[in-house]
Amino acid sequence: MHIIKTEINRRSFIKSTALAGGGMMLGFNWMAAGIPAGNTTVNVPDEWFEFNGFLKISPSGQITIQSPNPEIGQNIKTSMPMIVADELDADWTRVIVEQAPLNTEIFKRQLAGGSQSIRQGWQSLRMAGATAREMLKSAAAEKWNVPVTEITTQNSMVFHQKSNQSADYGTLASIAAQQEVPTEISLKTPSSFHIIGTSKANVDGRKIVTGQPLFGLDYQKEGMLIAMIAHPPAFGLKLKSVDDQEARKMPGITDIFIFDTYIPGTSKSAFDNTSFNQQVAIVGRSTWEVLQAKQALLLEWAPQDEIIEKRTLFDRTIEVITPSGLENTSQHQQWMDETAQKECKVVRKDGDPDTVFSNAAFILERSYEAPFLPHNTLEPMNFFAHVTDEKSELAGPIQTPEIMEKSLSERLGMPLEKIDIQMTRMGGGFGRRLYGHFLVEAAVISQKVKAPVKLIYTREDDMTSGIYRPMYRATYRAAFDSSKNLTGFHVKAGGVPESPLSANRFPAGAIDHYLAEEWSVPSNISVGAWRAPRSNFIAGVEQSFLDEVAEYMGVDPIEFRLELLEKAKRAPVGKDNDYDPDRYAGVLKLVREKADWTKPTDKETGRGVAAYFCHNSYVAQIVELKMNDEMPVVTKVTAAVDCGIVINKTGAINMTEGAIVDGIGHSLFGRQTFSDGSPEHSNFNTYRLIRHREAPKEIQVHFVESSLDPTGLGEPPYPPVIGALANAMYNATGKRHYNQPFLNQPS
Amino acid sequence: MAQISFSVNGKKQIVDTDPATPLLWILRDHLNLVGTKFGCGVASCGACTIHLDGKAMRACVLPLSAIADKEVTTIEGLSEDGSHPVQQAWVDVDVAQCGYCQAGQIMSATALLKQYPNPTDAQIERGMSGNICRCGTYLRIKEAIKRASENMK
Ligand code: FES
Ligand code: FES
Repeated sequence: MHIIKTEINRRSFIKSTALAGGGMMLGFNWMAAGIPAGNTTVNVPDEWFEFNGFLKISPSGQITIQSPNPEIGQNIKTSMPMIVADELDADWTRVIVEQAPLNTEIFKRQLAGGSQSIRQGWQSLRMAGATAREMLKSAAAEKWNVPVTEITTQNSMVFHQKSNQSADYGTLASIAAQQEVPTEISLKTPSSFHIIGTSKANVDGRKIVTGQPLFGLDYQKEGMLIAMIAHPPAFGLKLKSVDDQEARKMPGITDIFIFDTYIPGTSKSAFDNTSFNQQVAIVGRSTWEVLQAKQALLLEWAPQDEIIEKRTLFDRTIEVITPSGLENTSQHQQWMDETAQKECKVVRKDGDPDTVFSNAAFILERSYEAPFLPHNTLEPMNFFAHVTDEKSELAGPIQTPEIMEKSLSERLGMPLEKIDIQMTRMGGGFGRRLYGHFLVEAAVISQKVKAPVKLIYTREDDMTSGIYRPMYRATYRAAFDSSKNLTGFHVKAGGVPESPLSANRFPAGAIDHYLAEEWSVPSNISVGAWRAPRSNFIAGVEQSFLDEVAEYMGVDPIEFRLELLEKAKRAPVGKDNDYDPDRYAGVLKLVREKADWTKPTDKETGRGVAAYFCHNSYVAQIVELKMNDEMPVVTKVTAAVDCGIVINKTGAINMTEGAIVDGIGHSLFGRQTFSDGSPEHSNFNTYRLIRHREAPKEIQVHFVESSLDPTGLGEPPYPPVIGALANAMYNATGKRHYNQPFLNQPS
Repeated sequence: MAQISFSVNGKKQIVDTDPATPLLWILRDHLNLVGTKFGCGVASCGACTIHLDGKAMRACVLPLSAIADKEVTTIEGLSEDGSHPVQQAWVDVDVAQCGYCQAGQIMSATALLKQYPNPTDAQIERGMSGNICRCGTYLRIKEAIKRASENMK
């Protein structure tokens, strides 16, 4: 049993309130739990005593959790109630999650990204559930006048066996609200979970299949107008003039005007990243009419000067320089070639790599490259806004509502408490909806036209307005002695405009002489977080390189990795190695067993393996495929995942399968290229996403049995599959793929 | 402007607007049926799939003028409560992630099952490749189609 404290220094992390209409409400904090009992000396930040999550039990027995975290398809609306229901011994079907409206007075930190939602909520939700259960028990003890120790709970009912009494949670909730909040509560041990670890179907499943208005794009309000934007066709251009004579006369058009998303020179957060600050707004009564008018605009563009601005990222301030000029993909490649030759920043150095490389009997050197990638959430960017002099009401798909609320306050000159942002379900996120310029655009447009508006991006707007995954390059070198022992390892990685390097990850720590360096090239193509940032590139290429190293040494690629991990465990090199060699080895061993790795495959089948640790979870994958000309037909992917305790099996499997399909798709087909600053792909007729017929025929997902706290799953299964795919393609064809996308377009 | 009449989910509708307006925006903006989704506008993603006289079509490129006197079925018309065997299979198999593509997937799958009541893997793969799922739920979509086919027997 695991005891946690609900108070520290007489200040409580949990607050109980009686609800007006009867029932109880517990306030808690998503960050606060996890302080072991007995530890009263820890310093706890003040914010942890602010309540930002609520657990309500109504007299009817309905249990509601108000979550500050948005749903972007990570299944948290299903897994969060599972956690509460388990500790609370509740009837799972009576627990629901409500998306809490944003109110910064009570809610802190609303950010769905980095696979963090469940990690943060885990202990807090358990604490809230267990506290409520204890209070319900003491309510029953009081009512029946029996000792609380004789009370048991199950399925939303309280029992006293001796006197043969029982009561529903709902009927006790009002009395429970009057009980003292216990200062210490015990959480269940993982072996006594009865809901966590099972499979519960998506709670919104039926709403989704019946087409209910769940998404931002579905949002409607009385008197609402439709707005669209026209942005420069190329990075490095800005608006020069607008001729809207024709467009204005078109039916249904109410307004056309130029606007600034942000006021130039004001302070911005990193999530205010936008490529085109000045744009044209087209507003009218229906989408089609607005679209027609948008096409009738005659727009002129002029070169954009260099922009230097400061952006804050949480508590850091960074200076961002956006150069001028119209860039081309071939130029990006040339810049990368040149920069990669130059001396660059040493991020980590163990031992004496210089000497080892100069004395090497053989050096294996390989370079890898991958292009810019748009996120392409299937629901394009959109937002609803209604801004009046008194208040601002917004609704839509956003991953950073709290941060954007501040931006909006600054932009509109309106105090925070007059701004309300509601989160809708999101048709995909992948990092794109961390950057909320479209929300600010909607608000600015609404303020100007003095009416509620819904801003809609066309697919073309969405795919050509930036915030891409950066373009990346990495060069790996391995040094060997004359007996083909691996003696040194060197990675030099960079990108336009950011480096993908994570210098302290495997194989750092396993090799005596190790050097990691990075570089970057400035660019005006805007970039941002994209599913499993940096790892989405570096994992796959590192795992491809390790495959070649193992091949050169003549050892089995899994054995090779396991030996390195053994070394990292027994005699780790250097400091700050940020992985656990045992858990890393654990997923490799599990995938080896489950995919029958030691049995040879049939002649046409190619097989490849990869493993990676990122976002706190470990994933190993084996890809099996056959070639159909140039096109790999993936027959089977086996995945072994260590993400601690699995909360909802079906959700976790779905997420892992999706990430595998996504990784295979993007490495085979995905790329955005540029010609004179203009993105060359703007819709799904020329930008190829993986389709049903190209998806793996079979995916098997296995989880490592674990009693460790859960970690994220939205991102970790994505990065390694790219390496496993490349290695399997080599195994089938004898040809290595170094540059993504592996297949050269079009469909 | 032109008055065009057609039926949606069994209900007669008369719309008076630009006859070039794609059915997608008629449904979403004029008739408040937002289950049919916008993903690309160029018939490349399948998010807007509906049935026109029983055949799966992309509503984003179907002008109003082409549907005069025809019968349109949208996701809302399959069943109100999700009891249609294809919708039910989708719930049972727990297909959705973000869920945005799924209405279109279900409309394509329903049309496919009409054509092939016992579809092979290859028929499913071919028939469903016009519908993108950015979240990558293709394997569960295939499983749900097979489940629906079983349940429809
Ligand atoms: S929106 Fe019609 S096919 Fe994409
Ligand atoms: S479930 Fe998200 S696009 Fe298909």
